[in-house]
Amino acid sequence: MSGSRLVAAIVLLAVLSAIPAILPPYFLHLVIQILIWSFIYTAWALMGRFGFVSFGHGAFLGVGAYVPALLWNFYGLTPWLGIPLSIIAAVLLAAVVGYPCFRRRVVGHYFALVTLALSQVVLLSLVAARDVTGGSLGFTQKAVGHSWYALQFPEKGYFYAIAVLLWLAGLAIWRWIDRGIGREALEAISEDEDAAASIGIDVMRAKMRVTIISAGLTALGGAIYGQYVMYLNPETVAGIAVSLQIVFAAIAGGVYSLLGPSVGALLTLSLTEGLRVWFGTNFIGAANTIYGILLVLCIIFMPQGIVGALQRVTLPRRAPAKANATETPQSVTRRPSSAAQ
Amino acid sequence: MLALSSVSAAYGSFQALFSVSLEIKRGEAVGVIGPNGAGKTTLMRVISGLIAAHEGTMTLEGRAITGLPAHQVVEQGIAHVPENRRLFPALSVEENLRIGAFIPSARARFSERLDWVYQLFPRLKERRAQLAGTMSGGEQQMCAIARALMSKPKVLLMDEPSAGLAPLVVAQVFELVRKIRAEGLTVLIVEQNVQQVLEVVDRAYLLEVGAIRLAGSAAELKQNSVIREAYMGL
Repeated sequence: MSGSRLVAAIVLLAVLSAIPAILPPYFLHLVIQILIWSFIYTAWALMGRFGFVSFGHGAFLGVGAYVPALLWNFYGLTPWLGIPLSIIAAVLLAAVVGYPCFRRRVVGHYFALVTLALSQVVLLSLVAARDVTGGSLGFTQKAVGHSWYALQFPEKGYFYAIAVLLWLAGLAIWRWIDRGIGREALEAISEDEDAAASIGIDVMRAKMRVTIISAGLTALGGAIYGQYVMYLNPETVAGIAVSLQIVFAAIAGGVYSLLGPSVGALLTLSLTEGLRVWFGTNFIGAANTIYGILLVLCIIFMPQGIVGALQRVTLPRRAPAKANATETPQSVTRRPSSAAQ
Repeated sequence: MLALSSVSAAYGSFQALFSVSLEIKRGEAVGVIGPNGAGKTTLMRVISGLIAAHEGTMTLEGRAITGLPAHQVVEQGIAHVPENRRLFPALSVEENLRIGAFIPSARARFSERLDWVYQLFPRLKERRAQLAGTMSGGEQQMCAIARALMSKPKVLLMDEPSAGLAPLVVAQVFELVRKIRAEGLTVLIVEQNVQQVLEVVDRAYLLEVGAIRLAGSAAELKQNSVIREAYMGL
């Protein structure tokens, strides 16, 4: 680690540890939300950046949030066991849906549709099982006050620390996938599955692996979110709405860069909160409209995401490709995934 | 070296290969010629494990490779240069080659393989940093062959290397095939460009409607009246 990076790391740590002492509770709450959602968006982008666009992450999020909460309320099982179980459940769900998809070559739009259905299935199941889950009215964990056993902390500082660790862990896992040959294989698969298979890449295994990691981490994010807010609603942790929220925010921030999904979380959440506070109860719907318009503009004009667009401006481009202007004029754009980190 | 015995394959209910048998000896270059839709590409995809054969057996150096998934076929020593090259266009030439050395045995000797490939195709070394998709068709074909060679195959499968290339470039591509042969590789090449492929292979099979119709040495086939009339327009 070079000197400047060390300094940067120390400054970051100092800022991160000072935040809970300085910020008023409302803003601390906002920061915790941003960190948890950053983790979830990062988990989505782990596969999203390779063109495996899942609209099913709401399903994994819902499983992650509801499983530990239900086990706690009905069986008194500590979230320390409930959360791993919820991760296992999400991984199994991802495997059951992913395996036939990958085997039958369900890719692109079709994969998106299958996963879209998946998130709706989980939402409808949660609503239908209203005797257990409380249905659309939502579900509240039995509160026991400050308890490590129940993973419940009325003081925000604890969840702030958990959220920071979670977020850093998500970034570390991203880096870990990048460093291995895993990323090259996945990039090759996302460009051309047949060509990837024909040079010895186990397409099935590579896709299953990244899908399972992504689903498991999303469930973990959902579980921590549930423990933090202590109120689960099918609409906010499962289903199409939250799946779309994940996809839009991650893409707006930039799925090809390490910090892209986090920037996406920071901007979208501050924007929704900011607009909500600014408009208050006047012009009902205006906040959502402005939010929607900004998102559309973002995606049209910065297809690489905000972080991707910034890197495009600030980083020197790689050796410019000299197009050999004779036979096959093709427009080829390089995704900045490998160039920009 | 590579032997197929009564191999059949189908897409759903449509049968594309009917009991195809062929054999390639070590160091040989063998062509499979035939019209569009004869099943030439299917044959290649069956050998490389991208499509499962529903009947028949395939062996490489006496070991069965029937039913192996594509990534294991590569590890056994068969590399496939797919039809239309199928490079990773947004990766540079060298990144394409690096991915070509994906299997563990090749990854371990990556730099050695890279040197060898660059020495074989110096043009690629000049263009190592260029995005593969921005090169000319002939250069892309060169890159696709080089990518396949990175895995240190015993047998190289080439699917229509001349497809979509200008006549002058086609000649260059067949020059590459000669070069690879000179390195001692065993080559199975599928082509519609019958006249030119018969110049570079030792033997060839004629595949029509999914079955082998004719087999013989390149010299014999060049004299064969069926082939001269239907495929060379003579």
